[in-house]
Amino acid sequence: MLALLVAQNIAFYIIAALMVFGAIRVVTTKNVMHAALWLVLVLSGAAAQYILLAAEFVAITQVLVYLGAIIVLFLFGIMLTRAKTGNDDDLDNKKAAKFIGAGIGVLLLGLMSYSLVDGFKDTEFGNLMVQRTTEVSDSIFSTYLLPFEVLSVLLLAALIGAIVIARRD
Amino acid sequence: MFLNQFLLLAAILFCIGVYGVLARKNGVLVLMSIELILNAVNINLVAFGAYWHVNDMANVSGQVFALFVIAVAAAEVGVGLALVLLIYRNRQSIDIDDVDMLKG
Repeated sequence: MLALLVAQNIAFYIIAALMVFGAIRVVTTKNVMHAALWLVLVLSGAAAQYILLAAEFVAITQVLVYLGAIIVLFLFGIMLTRAKTGNDDDLDNKKAAKFIGAGIGVLLLGLMSYSLVDGFKDTEFGNLMVQRTTEVSDSIFSTYLLPFEVLSVLLLAALIGAIVIARRD
Repeated sequence: MFLNQFLLLAAILFCIGVYGVLARKNGVLVLMSIELILNAVNINLVAFGAYWHVNDMANVSGQVFALFVIAVAAAEVGVGLALVLLIYRNRQSIDIDDVDMLKG
């Protein structure tokens, strides 16, 4: 049991470090294409964290929807707007705006980590159980049936809206 | 594993995303930063879901909410990129700063 916990912790910290590094590269790199590829690292890291949390269905959905669909959409967006393939120095706001943004980010992080550490202290997960896909589907199609149906209508609306907006007349 | 490990990781990703939204000018990169923020929220939801699942085996609300967030994020990216394409078609540039016609 202890060996498993140590392994889980090591895996968590390695993946977390990769995710944070990738996220920082997403917001600082000078190449739009590289930003999309660093985003792949962050999103697949999130999928790995879901596996660590024994949430298998969300992990698979993350890989399918984010890595399979959303990243491809981003790459399409980059291609269709004819972004520079090489380095582009004109991606960021002015220096002052960047400093204000960094200040707000650090302030927010300090506030959140203080309240998290203060609020949850050393709450442990206990004995993590695999959250089976049958349980998830039971929950979606009983307790959360109405939000699920609303969500499908929302997806339809977004689909039609995107076609109407991007269509060339 | 501590619950706080995951919550703090999500907080860090969230703040990096907020910085990206504020510091980037390119429309596609702003959308990518919004994806970072949504992912941070998802990690929180799944972490709390796993935490509750230990005590209440029938409760997987955290995962269900995370799935809903993923679906909404997909819809958001579709519409957002359509808007970015439209801006590019009209102005030959996707700098958010150039879209200031409402300023007068």
